[in-house]
Amino acid sequence: MILKDKNDLLEVQKAAEKEIKSYDCRILVCSGTGCVASGSEKIYEKFQELARNIPGVVLEFAPHDGGAHVGIKKTGCQGFCELGPLVRIQKKDVTIQYIKVQQDDCVEIVEKSVLKDEVIERLLYHQGEKAYRHPEDIPFIAKQTRIVLENCGKYDAQSLNEYMASGGFKALEKALFEMKPEDVVEEVDKSGLRGRGGGGFPAGRKWKQVSSQEEKERYVVCNGDEGDPGAFMDGSVMEGDPYKLLEGMMIAGYAVGSQNGYIYVRAEYPLSVARLRYAIKELEKAGLLGDHILGTDFSFHLHINRGAGAFVCGEGSALTASIEGNRGMPRTKPPRTVDQGLWAKPTVLNNVETYANVPKIILKGADWFRTIGSEKSPGTKTFSITGAIENTGLIEVPMGTTLREIIYDIGGGLKGGAEFKAVQIGGPSGGCLTKEHLDVGLDFDSVKKYNAIVGSGGLVVMDENTCMVEVARFFMSFTQRESCGKCTPCRIGTKRMLEILERIVAGKGKVEDLDRLEEIAEFVKTNSLCGLGKSAPLPVISTLRTFRDEYMEHIVDKRCKSHTCQALKQYRIDPDKCKGCTKCARECPVGAITGEKKQPHQIDQTKCIRCGACMEGCNFGAVYVE
Amino acid sequence: MLEQSYYDVTDGIIEQYGKKASSLIPVMQDIQAKYRYLPGELLTYVARQIGVTEAKAYSVATFYENFSFEPKGKYIIKVCDGTACHVKKSIPVLEALYSELGLSKKKKTTDDMLFTVETVSCLGACGLAPTMTINDEVYPKMTPEKAVAVIRELRGDSK
Repeated sequence: MILKDKNDLLEVQKAAEKEIKSYDCRILVCSGTGCVASGSEKIYEKFQELARNIPGVVLEFAPHDGGAHVGIKKTGCQGFCELGPLVRIQKKDVTIQYIKVQQDDCVEIVEKSVLKDEVIERLLYHQGEKAYRHPEDIPFIAKQTRIVLENCGKYDAQSLNEYMASGGFKALEKALFEMKPEDVVEEVDKSGLRGRGGGGFPAGRKWKQVSSQEEKERYVVCNGDEGDPGAFMDGSVMEGDPYKLLEGMMIAGYAVGSQNGYIYVRAEYPLSVARLRYAIKELEKAGLLGDHILGTDFSFHLHINRGAGAFVCGEGSALTASIEGNRGMPRTKPPRTVDQGLWAKPTVLNNVETYANVPKIILKGADWFRTIGSEKSPGTKTFSITGAIENTGLIEVPMGTTLREIIYDIGGGLKGGAEFKAVQIGGPSGGCLTKEHLDVGLDFDSVKKYNAIVGSGGLVVMDENTCMVEVARFFMSFTQRESCGKCTPCRIGTKRMLEILERIVAGKGKVEDLDRLEEIAEFVKTNSLCGLGKSAPLPVISTLRTFRDEYMEHIVDKRCKSHTCQALKQYRIDPDKCKGCTKCARECPVGAITGEKKQPHQIDQTKCIRCGACMEGCNFGAVYVE
Repeated sequence: MLEQSYYDVTDGIIEQYGKKASSLIPVMQDIQAKYRYLPGELLTYVARQIGVTEAKAYSVATFYENFSFEPKGKYIIKVCDGTACHVKKSIPVLEALYSELGLSKKKKTTDDMLFTVETVSCLGACGLAPTMTINDEVYPKMTPEKAVAVIRELRGDSK
């Protein structure tokens, strides 16, 4: 059905709300990338198959005469990625959260929890002795504030009807029928919403600049090229609540007088591309995208561009160049994107999370938004927490939440109770925060003080077993590979820094390397053309500052205390455990191991090439790394 | 020379996006999705059809990591070496695959055209690190042993 005016929309919304209330039971299967990987698609199919054969159960929304009305829905990310596949059983206001659901569990779930009201203890989430039934009670979820991710885990990610039932398109309706475009811009400006992609530039100011241009052909572009390794928040929004992103972009289009929007999605997110494409089709079918939307003068079309594996395309001018069909290389600014962006026309460029915040801001107002988060950075921020942490997954917290709350209260502390060492924030262009920063409230401005950036929000937690020099090398190898090569400081600087770092982890570093490293880092940071180069040295600068002793250990003592750097490992044989079987001596490719039969053997460190063959081959566990 | 069918398929793809310069990347992506690589002849053909120079098309195709002029294997394995996977030891998984398949950083595809092994910076499934994908299907929480087992299973399938 094509929605021709406001009344049509209101009717559809009302019908959708009524429909969702009519369910006796909803089986919500998480269909985020994580759970799909754990096999949630099969769980979904199994439930479909089971429900079909139960008398008195009506599947999905169909006219029914009194039978229990059950819906089986694929939802967006429920957050607890590591414990997937996740399934929620929702009956009116009561929801039960099950974790690690296997196909064999489905029959029992249907019998006990769907048809009856029993809870299956073993599928509940346990923390220590305590079992949690309801998702909202689990500390990981209870301590979050969800605005952007509000719908994830509650509604069918692909269904326009379900999005309507969640209050979808009420914000667009308010903008179109109660506000002038300039009011919308003003509201977003007043809300203090800052770009969630990393820089934290006020979104309202961008919108204002674009709407005040003389050129009338304007574009709305969404940066969904979430390239930071260790970050998957935007992907989760695109696949988990695609309509919210689209509604946000439509409101932006209305506000700045644009008729065309582009979403640039990274190639590694096939699920996001598929769900967005589907959602756009649905909106076109409903007349919510196209010409004269809901009978107004507002026309808007949305297009999807897939990235092709270039990290630098996350940079604004590179991204627009890529959409135009060019090499994704940044250009010098000015002119800025708001003046001459896509096809040299004024362009609003924000990332996924920024747009996804817009509908709520319009609906509930800028003042409401400002009550959340910190003064200079209102609202929430999504983070993906990964690495050496108990609860990995996707979270959303108010800006200004401390690292301690995120890691210990929500994340459940470090895996196996290990000692916290550092957290890498902001991906390869970010920096490390350490113990002394645990009580810093994370927002755009506070993090910058410590030579790091919030970035898109990837948090990789590291424990004592992580070698910080190797981490710096890892990030440098990433940025060096992704440097587009246009400007010299970045192209050559990252290469030289990488060479030095490789030398150090190979045990061939010199003390003067550190000064050299610092010097190049500073130079690249100041002189590079775009954000990639400017921030590429940050991991080096921040680890050098905080973990200089580790660098020195690698260089002077030729030692890596976390046993990460292969070249610095010292293999030794424990004389008490060695039986003198001669296996290692025979297997050593360089003949570094000597010893009499039935006598403890020794490794000649000057000959050893640290291949580890002796350790792998030893039947008595006598070889160890010092 | 490529068979005519290649050009027919390409015509269909071009039609979908329109004969304009900005269609270059999506057209090449769809060709690659179809044939698992980008045949050089088709690059020339696309350039001419959409009105860009061959040099330009080549410069774009070589800029982006995803485009490959080399035919790839039936199973394209991407081992994630993003931050989360890296700290959870993704490199041993990669090395196990290399040694099982006789591949290396330089030689990415097996001679029987069955497997291609690549690395990727992040697949967005960090909660299940370390991960890899085979033709876009995600395999969670990999270990060197599990990776090798998957390969052996696929080999059995395709024989």
